[in-house]
Amino acid sequence: MKRFAKAAVFFVGLIVAWGLLVRARIWSPVMLPSPWNVAQYLWGALLDGTLRDATEVTLKRLLIGYACGLAIGLPVGLLTARFRVLRDTLGLLALGLQTLPSVCWVPLALLWFGQSESAMFFVVVMGTVWSVIIATEGGVLNVPPIYARAARTMGSRGLHTWLAVMLPAALPFVVGGMKQGWAFAWRSLMAAEIYVTILSGFGLGHLLHYGRELNAMDQVIGIMIVLLVIGLVADKILFSPWERLLRRRWGTAAK
Amino acid sequence: MTLPVEFQNEPPSKLSLKNVSKTFGAGTRGVQALDRVSLEVGESEFVCLVGPSGCGKSTLLNIIAGLESADAGQVIADGAPVTAPGRDRMMMFQESALFPWLNVLNNVLFGLKLKAGLTRADRKEVAQFYLKLVGLEKFQHAYVHELSGGMKQRVALARALAPNPRVLLMDEPFAALDALTREQLYGDLQRIWAERKKTIVFVTHNVREAACLGDRVILFSPHPGRIRQEFRVDLPRPRDINSVALARHASVITAALKNYAAGGPAEAAE
Repeated sequence: MKRFAKAAVFFVGLIVAWGLLVRARIWSPVMLPSPWNVAQYLWGALLDGTLRDATEVTLKRLLIGYACGLAIGLPVGLLTARFRVLRDTLGLLALGLQTLPSVCWVPLALLWFGQSESAMFFVVVMGTVWSVIIATEGGVLNVPPIYARAARTMGSRGLHTWLAVMLPAALPFVVGGMKQGWAFAWRSLMAAEIYVTILSGFGLGHLLHYGRELNAMDQVIGIMIVLLVIGLVADKILFSPWERLLRRRWGTAAK
Repeated sequence: MTLPVEFQNEPPSKLSLKNVSKTFGAGTRGVQALDRVSLEVGESEFVCLVGPSGCGKSTLLNIIAGLESADAGQVIADGAPVTAPGRDRMMMFQESALFPWLNVLNNVLFGLKLKAGLTRADRKEVAQFYLKLVGLEKFQHAYVHELSGGMKQRVALARALAPNPRVLLMDEPFAALDALTREQLYGDLQRIWAERKKTIVFVTHNVREAACLGDRVILFSPHPGRIRQEFRVDLPRPRDINSVALARHASVITAALKNYAAGGPAEAAE
């Protein structure tokens, strides 16, 4: 509670400082709206449902794409770790594509899928999948060989060893990769939403884009704050439990 | 398998190694780790393998465990050739090799879960029995990183004993521990060995440790790994590693070890 109070004081202080800066009239209020204006915009957007709809559209794209990225990345990472021939081929490809900024998938996705949900889905999956493959592979290859040996003497074989020993042993790396995949997916989805309008749903990125078009700085800053809060909450909900588990069991956090 | 059977001692194994050879690598770069090693280990005998590093003693243990295969020769456990790891031969390593994602109890349960015919409650009872045997029943819910080095090795011992093996293979299990903890574990291991009647093959480079624990101490020399000499230790048990009689045995073995290290001639087995 004391930590929470400190954080609250810090953020309130930040907003007060922001308000004072606006009062000082160093910049035009069009360029730097007051916290009050931004709050008014957010309140209005909340009441008329724009904010809720946009958040829903964005999060749906993100979560579905991310889940599919994990569902592909984890098994593929295990396979590239297990079979050298896959590591030298598919693993190398994954390593190459992982270095590619995931925003770079946006033009290709638009040409392939048009301005559609599929394009968004594709971009999010591409953002997720390569980091997860690399992290899972690296995690498994870093598992001390003695774990597998101990498991074998206790009668563990084949698939059981992989699921009951290698995968959990690689968990600290895998969680690190999942986090990175999430960050890449989130960033590339925002870029895609700012970049193109997709009529099947207006996400937060679109609101940000229209804020710019309309020169509505209160909207731009308001949406940025919403994005920041979503990022923070996602981290706390999706990854904090894993990291707590790692700290509790391994005595460390994710690598 | 039923619960009463689990608590009975499995009859300890007789091990028979015949001309076991193993080379790592190939051609001129190859290193011969073991050269025609033959050894008989009796039922519920405690045999210590001693030698400098590189003498192939750990390799030999891995071959008995079935984790590695010999290039030539045979390992026979209770009349059947060893080709793969089996629960009748459990292994303990220098590092505890406990799984950090499981708590102490689940680590001990790992091998038991792979054994058919036991109910959940049975398995738990067996695991707790062995945790009690090593004196850690209070720590069953602790995680591995919360344990000291000595406690980790106790859990590893409980985990190795839990599937009720006939043979216990121990690869320098106490080498990384401090002297005081080690001495406690010598006492515990002797007590447990007397109680659970296992055949034990114990690898170490510590001569006093070998003399303290073994019925027999087998001396290896390196490059290639060969058995050089055998010593029988006929001291009453439980033995104290600090006793004078034990020191006398150890000094004889150490002298032989130094002799071989200096390139002395092979001696016939005692």
